Amino acid sequence: MSKTQRGEMLLGVLFISPWLIGFIWFNLYPIVASIYYSFTSFHVIETPQWVGLNNFVTLAQDDLFWTSLFNTAYYIVGSVPLDLLAALFFAVLLNLRVPLRDLLRTCYYIPTVVPTVASAILWIMLFNTHGGIINETLGVFRIPEIPWLSSPNWAMPALILLSVWGIGSPVIIFLAGLQDVSTTLYEAAHLDGAGPLQTFWHVTVPMVSPVILFNGVLGIIGAAQVFVVPYIMTAGGPLNATLVYGIELFQNAFVYYKMGYASAMAWILFLVVFGLTVVSLQVSRRYVHYE
Amino acid sequence: MAELVQAPGIVVVRQRQKAVARTAAIGGRVLALVVLVAGAVAFVFPLLWMLSTSLKDLSEVFTVPPIWIPHALHFDNYPRSLTYFPFPLYLRNTLIVVMPSVIGTVVSSALPAYGFSRLRWPGRDVVFTVLLATLLIPTWTTLIPVYVLFARMHWTGTFLPLIVPNFFGSAFYIFLLRQFFLRQPQELIDAARIDGSSHLGVFARIILPLSKPALAVVVLFSFMDGWKDFFGPLIYLDNQDLYTLSIGLYSFQSQHTTDWTALMAASLMVLSPMIVLFFLTQRTFVEGITFTGLRG
Repeated sequence: MSKTQRGEMLLGVLFISPWLIGFIWFNLYPIVASIYYSFTSFHVIETPQWVGLNNFVTLAQDDLFWTSLFNTAYYIVGSVPLDLLAALFFAVLLNLRVPLRDLLRTCYYIPTVVPTVASAILWIMLFNTHGGIINETLGVFRIPEIPWLSSPNWAMPALILLSVWGIGSPVIIFLAGLQDVSTTLYEAAHLDGAGPLQTFWHVTVPMVSPVILFNGVLGIIGAAQVFVVPYIMTAGGPLNATLVYGIELFQNAFVYYKMGYASAMAWILFLVVFGLTVVSLQVSRRYVHYE
Repeated sequence: MAELVQAPGIVVVRQRQKAVARTAAIGGRVLALVVLVAGAVAFVFPLLWMLSTSLKDLSEVFTVPPIWIPHALHFDNYPRSLTYFPFPLYLRNTLIVVMPSVIGTVVSSALPAYGFSRLRWPGRDVVFTVLLATLLIPTWTTLIPVYVLFARMHWTGTFLPLIVPNFFGSAFYIFLLRQFFLRQPQELIDAARIDGSSHLGVFARIILPLSKPALAVVVLFSFMDGWKDFFGPLIYLDNQDLYTLSIGLYSFQSQHTTDWTALMAASLMVLSPMIVLFFLTQRTFVEGITFTGLRG
């Protein structure tokens, strides 16, 4: 390295140093430490005791671990495609030249500024079995009362439905993507006699496919870590039906203070999320169209 | 050109087809509008229901059929909720945490963003890729060692774990600002450099003033994130006197699960500053989201 290069390097590192220290403190060290912790047993401030593969062996036999893994998979499979579809659907409509477009866009975005605690409390009330406004509305269509949050069968579907309320950001991101699609493509499709649905599948979807991938990957990463809403609304119940991975990890770490055990869980989550991201990127290669 | 030699009848058919297509397009747009309005009502309705419930008598909350607008407006739910939910104290705590956090985030993200966009140095792009990769790390993975570290430093039970990390750059905001800095004209920087200005000078006197819109996005988003944060206070704060609005609201809810009118009044107090802020800064918001495409 020449002298000027060394000078440039020093200056660059100086400018990025706030982040670099943060990276070491809050990313690099914790990742390494949590690998080590996952092979130990300790309660917060004690010295970790090496226990080898014990935590992983115990986890494999821990029913709650498998329940939480299953519930999180359920939540991901239910909410990510539903939210993507809903977001793309409303974004496509919002992209048409309809009156009041800005006001309508605002309506879809506004739930995202609501603090999660407030929205969780609000939705407990809305989902109330008797007299809750959702069941009352369904009642108009002669649908009998659904025990949303009090039934093990309905609690997870309720949380998945609720996730649609938070699609404001993906809607805006899709809208930006849709506005980038060249109008000549639509004109060409029109001249070739394509109907609205054909145009959607053969023009819109391929053109925004990178955005679908982007929102999808972010959606999976977010859904895999879901915690606050089920923690407040159902506390993992009823009968562990909404005991997601985040809640189980939180219980082990901050209720039982089993830090080593929780670290093993955290590492498994890391590998799962990493795996899902890689798989999504691989699968997308076949479908995603880059200009 | 071919149309000129076609029989008049065909032209009429063409025109009729066009008219049909136009009617279909208008019909489609009307249908789209109807669906959009229905969806928008469904999205906004829960918040209106929150407002309506906050003004009801407790007996009116779960009636069949539902009461849309309370018979008498029970504004007293608000002062009543304050007896369980000390809003001024929680507001003060929230601001004590959020204000320095916002300043820390802006400063510690803007400097690295300059280093990643306007300086050339060996290894820069590799390091930047590492920065982007950190966005994909689940919070849970790094949480426990960070918590243990703070516990050993005796920082748990104080505001410090909620404030200090914000002074060490946020990958998301660094990315956002870097994209913006890259768009500023190189000529201005070159000119300032030739005039003998240091990089710190260029950063402070040229790049920052030109980047006000992007800085506004960072201030706004980080303020809202701090205001809404529930998880940080949940694991780090144990003393009620230090509670922020989010964790305070949760604590109120867990002690008075069925006092819906007071709960909705308190929720609305926590939420309304965010709504007001959103309406005041809507443009900045949308720009911020579309600019990075990163907000989930």
